Amino acid sequence: MKYLALYNYWIVVIIMMAGFYIMIARHNLVKKIIGLGLFQTGIFYFYVSLGKVDGGTAPIFVESLEAQATVYSNPLPHVLILTAIVVGVATMAMGLALIVRIYEKYDSIEEDEIKAIERQHWQENNGEFGISLTAPPTASS
Amino acid sequence: MLSAHLPAFIIVLPLMAGPLCVISRHSFISWLIALLINIVVVFMSVAIFFQVSDEGVIRYALGGWAAPTGIEYYIDTLNATLLVLITIISLCTLVYSLPAVDREVAKHRHYLFYTGWMLCLTGLLGIVITGDAFNVFVFLEISSLSMYMLIALGSERRQALMASFRYLMMGSIGASFILIGIGFLYAATGTLNMIGLAESIPNVSDSRTVLVAFSFITLGLLIKAAVFPVYSWLPNAYQYAPTAVTAFLAGTVTKVSLYIFLRFFFQMFGSDYSFGKLLLGEVLLPLSVIGFFVMSLVAVFQTDIRRILAYSSIAQVGYIMAAMSMATHEGVAAAVVHIINHAFVKAALFVAVGCILYRLGNAQVTSMGNLIRLMPWTTSAFIVAGLSLIGVPLTAGFVSKWNLVNAAIDIGWWSIVAMVLISSLLAIVYIGKVIEAFYFQSASEEVSNGNRAIKDPPLMMLIPLWTLIIISVYIGINGSVVVDIANVAAQQLLNGFGVSLETVNTVVTGSSK
Amino acid sequence: MNPLLALLPPLAAIPFILFFGERHKNLRELSIFIAGFVLLAINISIYQDYLEHQNVTSGSLNIFQGLTLELYAEPIGILFALLASFLWVVTTLYSIGYMRGHHERYQTRFYICFAVAIASVMAAAYAGNLLTLFIAYEAITLSTYPLVTHEGTEQAKRAGRIYLGLLMGGSIALLLPAIIAIWWLTGTLDFVAGGIIPADLMNPMWMTVLLALIVFGTGKAALMPFHSWLPNAMVAPTPVSALLHAVAVVKTGVFLILKVIVYIFGFNTLQQTGAASSLVTVAAITILLSSMIAMTKDNLKARLAYSTISQLAYIVLAALLANSVAVKGAGLHIITHAFGKITLFFCAGAIMVALHKKMISEFDGIGKQMPYTMAAFFIAALSIIGLPPLAGVWSKLAISEGAMVANEIWVVGVLMLSSLLNIAYLLPIPIRAFFAKSSEPNQATEIREAPLTCLMAIAITMLGCLVFFFWPGPVLGLLALVR
Repeated sequence: MKYLALYNYWIVVIIMMAGFYIMIARHNLVKKIIGLGLFQTGIFYFYVSLGKVDGGTAPIFVESLEAQATVYSNPLPHVLILTAIVVGVATMAMGLALIVRIYEKYDSIEEDEIKAIERQHWQENNGEFGISLTAPPTASS
Repeated sequence: MLSAHLPAFIIVLPLMAGPLCVISRHSFISWLIALLINIVVVFMSVAIFFQVSDEGVIRYALGGWAAPTGIEYYIDTLNATLLVLITIISLCTLVYSLPAVDREVAKHRHYLFYTGWMLCLTGLLGIVITGDAFNVFVFLEISSLSMYMLIALGSERRQALMASFRYLMMGSIGASFILIGIGFLYAATGTLNMIGLAESIPNVSDSRTVLVAFSFITLGLLIKAAVFPVYSWLPNAYQYAPTAVTAFLAGTVTKVSLYIFLRFFFQMFGSDYSFGKLLLGEVLLPLSVIGFFVMSLVAVFQTDIRRILAYSSIAQVGYIMAAMSMATHEGVAAAVVHIINHAFVKAALFVAVGCILYRLGNAQVTSMGNLIRLMPWTTSAFIVAGLSLIGVPLTAGFVSKWNLVNAAIDIGWWSIVAMVLISSLLAIVYIGKVIEAFYFQSASEEVSNGNRAIKDPPLMMLIPLWTLIIISVYIGINGSVVVDIANVAAQQLLNGFGVSLETVNTVVTGSSK
Repeated sequence: MNPLLALLPPLAAIPFILFFGERHKNLRELSIFIAGFVLLAINISIYQDYLEHQNVTSGSLNIFQGLTLELYAEPIGILFALLASFLWVVTTLYSIGYMRGHHERYQTRFYICFAVAIASVMAAAYAGNLLTLFIAYEAITLSTYPLVTHEGTEQAKRAGRIYLGLLMGGSIALLLPAIIAIWWLTGTLDFVAGGIIPADLMNPMWMTVLLALIVFGTGKAALMPFHSWLPNAMVAPTPVSALLHAVAVVKTGVFLILKVIVYIFGFNTLQQTGAASSLVTVAAITILLSSMIAMTKDNLKARLAYSTISQLAYIVLAALLANSVAVKGAGLHIITHAFGKITLFFCAGAIMVALHKKMISEFDGIGKQMPYTMAAFFIAALSIIGLPPLAGVWSKLAISEGAMVANEIWVVGVLMLSSLLNIAYLLPIPIRAFFAKSSEPNQATEIREAPLTCLMAIAITMLGCLVFFFWPGPVLGLLALVR
């Protein structure tokens, strides 16, 4: 039961890994972005649950003494993650904007199709030979 | 006392310049704004550098909130030097970018280019200057996001889009890992201030939380710095970004990640913990050695000069990592020396390639024919910088290699010495290949057709190029400039922060006028 | 006189060469001559200064942590600088005729690289510590690379790759680690009389390894098996082969070894530990083997190249014997071989310009067409072989004497055998030229010599071979100052 008590971390791990898997395994660029979003959301949950103190209430200071709680949750991780959420949103916007442009240029958002287009393009320009030990050969049009 | 607030201004000014560029919506005016701000920032960084070397470490409390509560900027010799380095490289490449961007980026996006540049500069300076772990993440993302955009602006070549997207995916994973790591550190210690962390980590060094934090941060930084197995974002990004961006990127971005590496693992975690207890050196050393060896070998087989240089960059990061993994004073100093020297040299090389690209339209080795006569200033700059990459004496590269090899001999790592020297020979091959093409290849079709006059690029591009070259040669002749700084920096890094979090009275608070 | 001044004339000539370019050839070459004479004058005055107070030094430039760049005149260096600067003037005279007669392209680039190479040789000759010498060494490699690949043909490019690969590769992979090791062991790289490495510093075996790294890493000394760049480099125009690949470049290599043995290791250390003895064998093998290979070569320049390899090994061998008599022989041999070999190369070039012949098998009867050239060839060949009354005899004598002092009698045998081999590969050439019947039936018999400037250069260097036999005094006097 000791491990189940930390259920919040289990949730975080599962969400993060699901997102990570999508990022790696899917070839569709939009799905990759979705994976990234899921991955980052996992981190957000992690930070949010980090600040929770057992029995603590929302960290709001009130004037009247009887309404004051003795235990507050730690607000700092929540504040931090607000920043990270903003960064995440910006990243996602950036990624989606890129995908729009990629779609305009390649007519596709499938990574393997784009690679195939590039390879074909490169071979037309350079012929079959040409050495590249890594990375698919890409053209410099 | 304005000078007391320089650490804040140096961040705020470029940050403000970004929106100003957007408002201007004009190509030249936005460049002018960026340029002016950049010049001011150069002077500020130099002023901060002298302030640090005269009066010692600066601790600046942002907004008047002293350390445990607020965010603190912490400046010692290492990051003061890096501030100067980043601003100078940014200035040189920015001057160069005016004609280059004109050719490589669509006219109506120019103002966005300079906006992105200023934001990226903000991010880089912020990473270097801050003394707060979470702040590092925020600035890292500011610089990365603007860098994705800058790379994608090279979209006259559509591959830039994919390169940028791939970098975005890898970069976000790296940054997220760092974020997780910082979260765990906070969970274990309850502070985000680097000095505070350095104080608290020894008390909890047995906890698994710190171990997890450590590994996440390591992995994230390795991705960001493009260390050997996780470098795949780099070659395409370097090849397809606008050339000014590539020069800026190569000179600064990976170097800044390496800086975080130094700061976190030597000073924050402490080298006893990261290298003594967790054996980080044993993990990094094989990676870095394979990295510089294999990547130099791969560079030999590339046909595009930008790709050659990109793989060479990964190899150079390998040298720096190898030096770090020694975890001795000499090793760390050698790493710092090479961070500085390589930044100038690689920026110069990419600017030179940009100049060739500007006239020639491509950077294939096979098209370089006869350039030594057509573009003597550009090619000779390339050759000088290339020699520095090899490590020929009287160039900056020699100072680096000498320190690296000396550090390796000092702890008896003779095999590393041999590997470094052999991979230098590979550098002769891949640089020699380009130089040989300059000299002997018969002129390519583009050149001989005479569609475009092939000659040296305008002075706007040559002056920054030669400024970078002269700096690197100067370091080669008078290496003590850099070596002395590196020794001081290494000493500071290995001795920890040497101050405690609570010594507020020495802190310059934002409200004191 | 500050030795730094010796770097100036060749470098100062470059803007003039560039400015006059192909349009004013005469002015271009005049500026080189002026630079050459100024350089010679400077070197002579350094020589006189040295005789007076023996402390001729430039300021030093600190790179970092005590690594400095410094120029410092000492006897072997002065000798080398005088030799190189004198022969530069002569070679320039020769190149004028050769380059124009051969209609070479890119003559301006040629002269510029040549001047840079000479400046680097000066820096090497006056190098005050090992680092400076190493830098000058690399600078010579780099500045002569465009000269080797001058023709731009596939063969030239290939030769250039081997040239860079062996010289630079060797120096970075072997020489540099040795230098770093010396630095690490002793904390200094200065040339100090008597050496900086004490005999008990390390195990003799490691000392041998260190010395081997230096001797083999110095690719320019062309010790086997690091010699193959030299025959390949013969694709360069003949003035380059003559001055650089028979004198300046290769002599920088042996000069480096000589300096390291005299001023870094010191005679005492090497004699006590015997660290050099196994390397002496390598040098002896190189002497014999390359002489034998030379016999099989039909291309004259290739044969001369292998002869050079063999003669360089003499100097390395003499240096490795590590006593003052042998080192005197080494210093002498640098001079005498230089005059002999440069004459031979000049003759080879003259034959190419006048008759367009490269192969020895085509030389039948050319003595009638080029009597002066072939006579000079004959005399220079005798000097290389070491017959009186020619200069070569002194150096061979001194080396043999050194071998006896070192108690290595077998070395004397090797030297004698090698002299016989010299006869076997050098003398047939003039004999063939003068006495063999030409295979071409209607070959012209009238005299067709190379341009006058070429002949003048040949005459000067040939006379040098004679002069040094009768008048070796100043050279010996200078070498006696080596401590």
